[in-house]
Amino acid sequence: MTYRLTVNGVAAEVEAPGMRRLLDVLREDLGLTGTKEGCGEGECGACSVLLDGAVVDACLVPLCQADGGAVETVEGLGMGGGLNALQAAFLETGGAQCGICTPGMLIAGEAFLASGAAPTEAAVREAIAGNLCRCTGYTKIIDAIVLAAERQAGQPESRA
Amino acid sequence: MTTRAQTESPLLLAPGTIAPGRARPALPLRREGPEKLTGLAKYADDLVFPGAWYGVTIRSTEPHARLRGIDLDPSFDWSKVVVVTAEDIPGDNVVSLIQDDQPVLVPLGGEIQHQAEPVCLLAAPDRGLLRLAKRHVALRTERLPATFDPLLSDHEFAHFELAKGDIEAGLAAADIVIEGEYRVGHQEQLYIENQAMIAVPRPDGGIEIHGSMQCPYYIHGALKRALNLTDAQAVVIQAETGGGFGGKEEYPSIIALHAALLAQRVGKPVRMIYDRHEDISATTKRHPAWIRHRTGVTRDGQLVAQDIEVVMDGGAYVTLTPVVLSRGTIHAAGPYECPNVRIRGRAMRTNTPPNGAFRGFGAPQTEFAAETQVNRVAERLHLSPLALRRRWVYREGGVTPTGQVLRESVAGLEVLEAAAQASEYEGVAAHTRKAREQRGADARTARGIGLALAWHGAGFTGSGEVHLASIASIELTSDGEIRILTASTEMGQGTKTIFPQLVAEALGVDIDAVEIAPQDTSIVPDSGPTVASRTAMVVGGLLIKAAQRMKAQVEEATGGSFAGTHRSYAMAHGSLRVDEQFTPYPGVQFDDATYTGDAYPCFGWAAAVAEVEIDLDTGEVSVTDVVSADEIGRVIHQVLAEGQVEGGSLQAVGYATIEELKLVDGRYQNDRLATYLIPTAMDAPRITSLLLEHLYSGAPHGAKGVGELPMDVVAPAVVAAIHDATGHWIADLPATSERVLAALTGSTPPPPPGISSERPA
Repeated sequence: MTYRLTVNGVAAEVEAPGMRRLLDVLREDLGLTGTKEGCGEGECGACSVLLDGAVVDACLVPLCQADGGAVETVEGLGMGGGLNALQAAFLETGGAQCGICTPGMLIAGEAFLASGAAPTEAAVREAIAGNLCRCTGYTKIIDAIVLAAERQAGQPESRA
Repeated sequence: MTTRAQTESPLLLAPGTIAPGRARPALPLRREGPEKLTGLAKYADDLVFPGAWYGVTIRSTEPHARLRGIDLDPSFDWSKVVVVTAEDIPGDNVVSLIQDDQPVLVPLGGEIQHQAEPVCLLAAPDRGLLRLAKRHVALRTERLPATFDPLLSDHEFAHFELAKGDIEAGLAAADIVIEGEYRVGHQEQLYIENQAMIAVPRPDGGIEIHGSMQCPYYIHGALKRALNLTDAQAVVIQAETGGGFGGKEEYPSIIALHAALLAQRVGKPVRMIYDRHEDISATTKRHPAWIRHRTGVTRDGQLVAQDIEVVMDGGAYVTLTPVVLSRGTIHAAGPYECPNVRIRGRAMRTNTPPNGAFRGFGAPQTEFAAETQVNRVAERLHLSPLALRRRWVYREGGVTPTGQVLRESVAGLEVLEAAAQASEYEGVAAHTRKAREQRGADARTARGIGLALAWHGAGFTGSGEVHLASIASIELTSDGEIRILTASTEMGQGTKTIFPQLVAEALGVDIDAVEIAPQDTSIVPDSGPTVASRTAMVVGGLLIKAAQRMKAQVEEATGGSFAGTHRSYAMAHGSLRVDEQFTPYPGVQFDDATYTGDAYPCFGWAAAVAEVEIDLDTGEVSVTDVVSADEIGRVIHQVLAEGQVEGGSLQAVGYATIEELKLVDGRYQNDRLATYLIPTAMDAPRITSLLLEHLYSGAPHGAKGVGELPMDVVAPAVVAAIHDATGHWIADLPATSERVLAALTGSTPPPPPGISSERPA
């Protein structure tokens, strides 16, 4: 079967079985290895991508379900070269350590920023609750998302 | 000699503040951060090797058995599948580490020692065929009796006995002797990137390994031994590594050997990428332990005797167990001065997957017991746990159970005061005590606060660093570029950021002028494993010395500053490489035979205060706040060091409350991420990290290491907080809702953690 989807704004045609995992399509068929596999059963969130704006675990989404959809991966962030606001905030606060959960965290963080919700600590914790991190204790990831949200809103930064 | 440690008061860095009077240059950003943030960083499974095959391990499904045969189903087409068994191993059939007891693959007629033991290997050009082939292999075995309880095992891997003073006289002199028994279970490292190795055959008959690892030279040594390779034929290259925590210290050698054996037979690259299920089922865990304390005190609260017994469960093979036991034993009495101490530690074999390195390396187990014991003694003496620790904690000049005199950088009291102050420990404790006393029968929740203190020896134990004889190098290339050459790996903790920082500072150049060579054994020297919180202190120290020598040599030749003249020096003289090899820290001596002396050049110190809220209907424990004060010598990079404390604290919260592996017939039952739970952002407490500095004079920069300290201290603080909330001591970790509820209701608690039941119910 041939499936058509938009990946990071670029049209893609994929010749593959409909039940092939979106994760494998991205990583192997399209060479976008930024999206990671941590468990293969939707528990860790390392493979989080945006499908039509919603955060999904790419290991649980069959290709046929993404047909005609728009997929955004970590490679699509800051496509103008350099880092976008959220990526820069992660770098500044120390939100990325080993980096393996980072692409998924960024995707969850982008969805939170796009929601326009007030960046309270509780709201940010809930927004990344589906993404496991074993390095940071989440503290600096939360700092990064709050910082990016404050900058987006043009508010003074709470963090010195 | 006057050191900064002696002349300056310690520096307390609160999060986001700048210390007065101590201007520091702006912190460099994580060196490899941009690649990680854009998805460009290449982890093992991201690497593409055209034509690569896929490899898989056929494992035992019994805990103890004799291998009689490996049957390949004759009805299956094996022509496109490669099979490797023990008979195909060209060199010694051992995973080279401390002892030669663990085979790469169980040989025919040999003994299977645990449920996940590798027996044979398959490779195929595609994963579908490989999955199919796997189903057509059957093992013929003869079941043997299995041992699951280390207390019942008759096979000892290692033992240590430490003695200070006279334990019998000490116990006799005590007014009160308080006994306690503690039990801790397995813990999975749960790096988010699973174990992964790719082996590529080399034209010279050797093997090149690309993979996720902490210790390239461990794998290098293992390859040479089992595949009969020369130094040059075995090449090990670290891919970006998605977390290790000790889990990628020794285990990667096995996977690399398997991939290499297959690649040699196939003649093409072979990928062995574990999925989460295989990773949890087969790889090493934190050692379960049983710990018994007898603590002698006088009525007025003097500590006069500590008699401690530690039994660790090594699993089926020795791996690193003697070293884990050694560290656990040395730390088992906690950071307290006591005239009469006896600590007896032994590690036993069981028919469960081997246990191995995990952040803290034996100390989190024994320090959980030690701290909970101290808290129970405080309760018995009607003293505040803070006041008791103020009296007992080591001061400068204190003498440890190995006879080590703590000469400098002794900060137990300071971290204690810092954590107690920042958390308002005494005020909150007064409040929670009152709330507990007034609590009615209809209360649904209870809050509590708890305190613990810990120490952690910096670097390898005893003469470990002398035996390692690590080398770190700096190269000035003929183009005038500065390059760091070490085998120290980056796995998130910040090696690639702090090394350029230290070298740039020593050379007087900009940090961006300092490059790091890839962690490739054909390029970098053996600077030892990236473990034991030793990278910043030991390897960082070697780099500073190398940089100082390079700077002196260049400046002597050019007469100008290194920064201004190194390029012209390189132009005129060609490349310059300075190798710096480890030499013992001044005055540090350890006797391996008697196990006495300076077990570590110095110690790091940590105090933690945890606050919990407990659901009295379900026994569920929410850890709401953790304040951790850590004294780590020089804080090289505040953000990265805080990151270590925050991450380590959360790992310890998981250890304390939810992370438990249940075993039946020697097999982990909850061997998936859906069933082995780690804390999410919703479960994680607010973590406040306070960093204190007491420079260690033996290291040129005064750093002591930070990675493991937080893992030692938070679990006993959480258990103390549970006691504060409920009045019950939980002596078995983790303090799951089942155990807490059993304590609250007086019902039968779940069986002790870490011990397999014989057969499925």
